[in-house]
Amino acid sequence: MIRRIGIAILAVALLGLAGVLLLSWRPAIAPIERPAPESFSAESITHGESLAAAGHCASCHTRPGGQLFAGGYGVNTPFGVIYGANVTPDPKTGIGTWSIEAFVRAMREGVAREGSHLFPAFPYNAYAKLTDDDLEALYAYLMTRQPVSATVPSNTVPFPLSVRALQEGWKILLFRSGRYQRNPSKSDEWNRGAYLAQALSDCSGCHTPRNSLGGEKARDAYAGAVIDGWIAPPLNQANPSPVPWTKEELFTFLRTGASPLHGAAGATMIPVIRDALALPVVPDSDVRAIAVYFSDMNHADARAAGVETATREALASSDLAIGQQYDADASLYAAACIACHYNAGPVPLAARPELALNSALTLPEPTNFIQVVLRGVGKTDGARGLVMPAYASSLSDSEIARLAAYLRRTRTKYPPWSDLGKKVSAIRRESENRSYK
Amino acid sequence: MTTFNLNGRTVSVHSPDDAPLLWVIRDELGLTGTKFGCGIGFCGACTVHVEGRATRSCITPVSAVAGAKVTTIEGLDPAGKHPLQTAWLELQVPQCGYCQSGQIMQAATLLKDYPHPTDRDINAVMAGSVCRCMTYVRIRKAIKLAAARMREE
Repeated sequence: MIRRIGIAILAVALLGLAGVLLLSWRPAIAPIERPAPESFSAESITHGESLAAAGHCASCHTRPGGQLFAGGYGVNTPFGVIYGANVTPDPKTGIGTWSIEAFVRAMREGVAREGSHLFPAFPYNAYAKLTDDDLEALYAYLMTRQPVSATVPSNTVPFPLSVRALQEGWKILLFRSGRYQRNPSKSDEWNRGAYLAQALSDCSGCHTPRNSLGGEKARDAYAGAVIDGWIAPPLNQANPSPVPWTKEELFTFLRTGASPLHGAAGATMIPVIRDALALPVVPDSDVRAIAVYFSDMNHADARAAGVETATREALASSDLAIGQQYDADASLYAAACIACHYNAGPVPLAARPELALNSALTLPEPTNFIQVVLRGVGKTDGARGLVMPAYASSLSDSEIARLAAYLRRTRTKYPPWSDLGKKVSAIRRESENRSYK
Repeated sequence: MTTFNLNGRTVSVHSPDDAPLLWVIRDELGLTGTKFGCGIGFCGACTVHVEGRATRSCITPVSAVAGAKVTTIEGLDPAGKHPLQTAWLELQVPQCGYCQSGQIMQAATLLKDYPHPTDRDINAVMAGSVCRCMTYVRIRKAIKLAAARMREE
């Protein structure tokens, strides 16, 4: 019985595999001569440049230090390293022989000109939402770049995942094609932002967690995800920043790479801003639209009233004194006295006069304490050989008064001395009028 | 004139009684290992030993050490191989080095009083010896290394 079930399962699996392979077949699209650059309108090329920037195409299609769009950047996926293709119009190593139809099919269906399936590291699931006009503009821009002959390294995806035909299975399970659908209940600006975020910039590619097959978990859209050893933070209401991501904060962040209430971009977000959204070719209005879309997603408007309080609380919590023992009087004592007067253990050392036991601190008046601090102790004055320098010229009256008050407060059970400042200056004046040494 | 013992030899100096010991050591006696830092006894760079105890020489008048034994960094060890000095070298403690002779002289008194210094002991006794290069972590290490070697001896 078990054997029969086994055979049945195997049969179904084989049939499924055969079905996937059958379905996976795509025709090649005939190669063309590279279109003459003059055949594209300047307007279309400029528009395409802006879209390519906002879509940060170069971040995967340019090797660090390499020529623009010549490919070779390694994307670390859980399945292996996948290298961005050369998308310059070079006929042999780039896309110079690709017609607009081939380009659009690649962008919307993840299929190369000659019919092989692309790995979903190339986010055609996002680009499927792009409009015809925008795809044509991107094509115009790429086909008018300088062709670069450059072969990219082979991917390190292991067999059988490396079999491109099997990508059909991934597509059946996880890929839904379709243009961007406008949300009529939202503003034009919001819809523009949503379109750019979803169809072009593929924000969810990093910020949405993926399942074990590498598909985005639709229910956890923008809930944050681990990418390349970093966390792409949640962009929805789960974002834990103390201050909400308002449209102003988002705009500044996306345009400049940092914002005052959230800090600086890191990891793979750096090229997305520095080499993409921060470029002048991307209009302010597009960046602002993306900001509007995501500020709505983290309910920033509803939390905007709390920005001031949250900022104030955050600043208060990072005050210099928090977590540090900062007592100016204790510091003064540490700098001037503790090197000699510190004692550890059950009994004080003779060479380290213990102030907590000294009558200079327990007498009703601070006279003796002040005298010793001002004059010091000579070699033959007290304990044999011990010298305490005179602090008359290094400590001010108020500093001596602070030391006296501090020691009286922390070393004795007696009430504070009164009028310390006045007493110090009186004793100092008196001692200056007499000559002791 | 003041007479005292400097690094094992008797010296007589002509500086006025209220001249800081530091000036006398550096200018009149020509030993420049001891440094001038703040001049008010708050930084520890000028630390020397008077009768074997760390003392801030910048605020100690020379008259106060009449007849006393004064030791500077040059006299801490005849061969310059006090366990603190070798530990300092081994762990490459100094960065700019300006405060280090004071640090070592202060540390020598620390080890005399506390042969097994805890972090707390080090923090307290070394608190008045400041280092702009922030070599404190290595100073602490070197003090502990020297302490361990001195206990073995």
